Amino acid sequence: MSTPFYVSPEQLVKDRADYARKGVSRGRPVVILTYADGICFASENPSKALHKISEIYDRIAFAAVGKYNEFENLRVAGVRYADFRGYSYDRADVTARGLANAYAQTLGAVFTQESKPYEVEIVVAEVAHSQADDQLYRLTYDGSVGDERGFVAMGASAEAITGRLGVAWREGLTQAEALQVAVRALRGEGADTRDVSVDAIEAAVLDRGRPRRAFRRLGTAEIEAAFD
Amino acid sequence: MMMGEAHRRRVDTRLPAEYTTPGSASFVDFLARVQPPGDASASVVPTSPTAAHPVPVTHATTIIAMALTGGVLMAGDRRATSGNVIANSDIVKVYPADAYSAIGIAGVAGLGLELIKLFQVELEHFEKIEGTALSLEGKASRLASMIRGNLGLTMQGLATVPLFAGYDIASGRGRIYSYDVTGGRYLEADHHGIGSGSWFARGSLKKRWRPDLGEADAISVAVEALYDAADDDSATGGPDPVRGIWPVVAVVDAGGYREIAESVLAATVTDLLARRRADAEARS
Repeated sequence: MSTPFYVSPEQLVKDRADYARKGVSRGRPVVILTYADGICFASENPSKALHKISEIYDRIAFAAVGKYNEFENLRVAGVRYADFRGYSYDRADVTARGLANAYAQTLGAVFTQESKPYEVEIVVAEVAHSQADDQLYRLTYDGSVGDERGFVAMGASAEAITGRLGVAWREGLTQAEALQVAVRALRGEGADTRDVSVDAIEAAVLDRGRPRRAFRRLGTAEIEAAFD
Repeated sequence: MMMGEAHRRRVDTRLPAEYTTPGSASFVDFLARVQPPGDASASVVPTSPTAAHPVPVTHATTIIAMALTGGVLMAGDRRATSGNVIANSDIVKVYPADAYSAIGIAGVAGLGLELIKLFQVELEHFEKIEGTALSLEGKASRLASMIRGNLGLTMQGLATVPLFAGYDIASGRGRIYSYDVTGGRYLEADHHGIGSGSWFARGSLKKRWRPDLGEADAISVAVEALYDAADDDSATGGPDPVRGIWPVVAVVDAGGYREIAESVLAATVTDLLARRRADAEARS
């Protein structure tokens, strides 16, 4: 009779985490930052049909990096969660915090129970009445939730991008400035500069001023203006 | 039933399987999976005919729609009745279904307003899941199957029917759809009306409507049709200048759905009343 290999829980979790982290760090980056009139999302994404940034509900949007089929699954679940909640109670009862919680539980369960963890990292953002109250929740492959202030970057070279955002971001940016900061952070600077064309940028905003559905995708003209 | 139980588990657990199952972009289908028949509201309604135990039910009345240059117009009066009582004198029965369509209801108000709410979520849900809006024909077809799903309640005397109108971006024109309680869907060419006062409103429309009406003229024709309906149907409410209650009038065209401002409606009503008064004085 063969003896099953013993794998310590520490090792098991570490292996899974390494596996998921590797998948996420290969994903093209996404940046999210708040500005005076909303929240700006920008990503390197050559596809016009397969989005990394999407609308979830009136004031809530979703951004993800990693494996498309896995985060698409979470996005659809989020839209169903939000619409069901809003239909059962009221539109005001759908919050990013509730959704982030549901995602955290789901990612956590998948991480420990399934044969492989999700290779994704997501951000759930909710635009508020003022920039100070905007909410950005970053969720990682194991279900950890981080409540971020001001800006977030995910995916390949996330650390370098976060560094650049830290220098350029300030409270009260205009929409055009915010998009410019985002695009510059994605393209890099000096020796790190990467060649990212206008067509390869996917961008959207949660516009504080729009009455109900705040989410709006940005067109080529608006993205072009952010390249200088 | 299993799925229903799964959903009733504590909210702080993993999203149940129905949420992550790929496939349908329909919210109505999703709702049926997480809330299977049995714990839905349908079972609350008694199976005996309402005639045996008359229960006061609030009814909504007249809705009209017509084609105008570059789009469609929908209008509804503001009255809801419960038997001989006016249950509400400023109810709104015309709503945007999405950015490019309007829906109005007649019949049992509670069910009708719920149908509107569900239809709004259905269209938005599809748009978000698929990343693109349904075609106008597709929206009209979804609405038909939702009405068919309500047939059981209709047979028990709780009937509600909508009127649906929208702007088709692909063909660049407006369309009006009427329905019957079995989910039959009928494309109306020029104008249509539903509800208890619709016979009188339709008579008025038949005389006053003409092809290629401008927006201002169409609003005037709509307000007059509802005025004529209120004249002969006790369940339809006329404009109320004392309390400032005007019909709800919405236009859907290439710019999307928009409701006509109360100030415009007030002016239209004032104009109409002046005309009618002048006619009456000329006769006497």
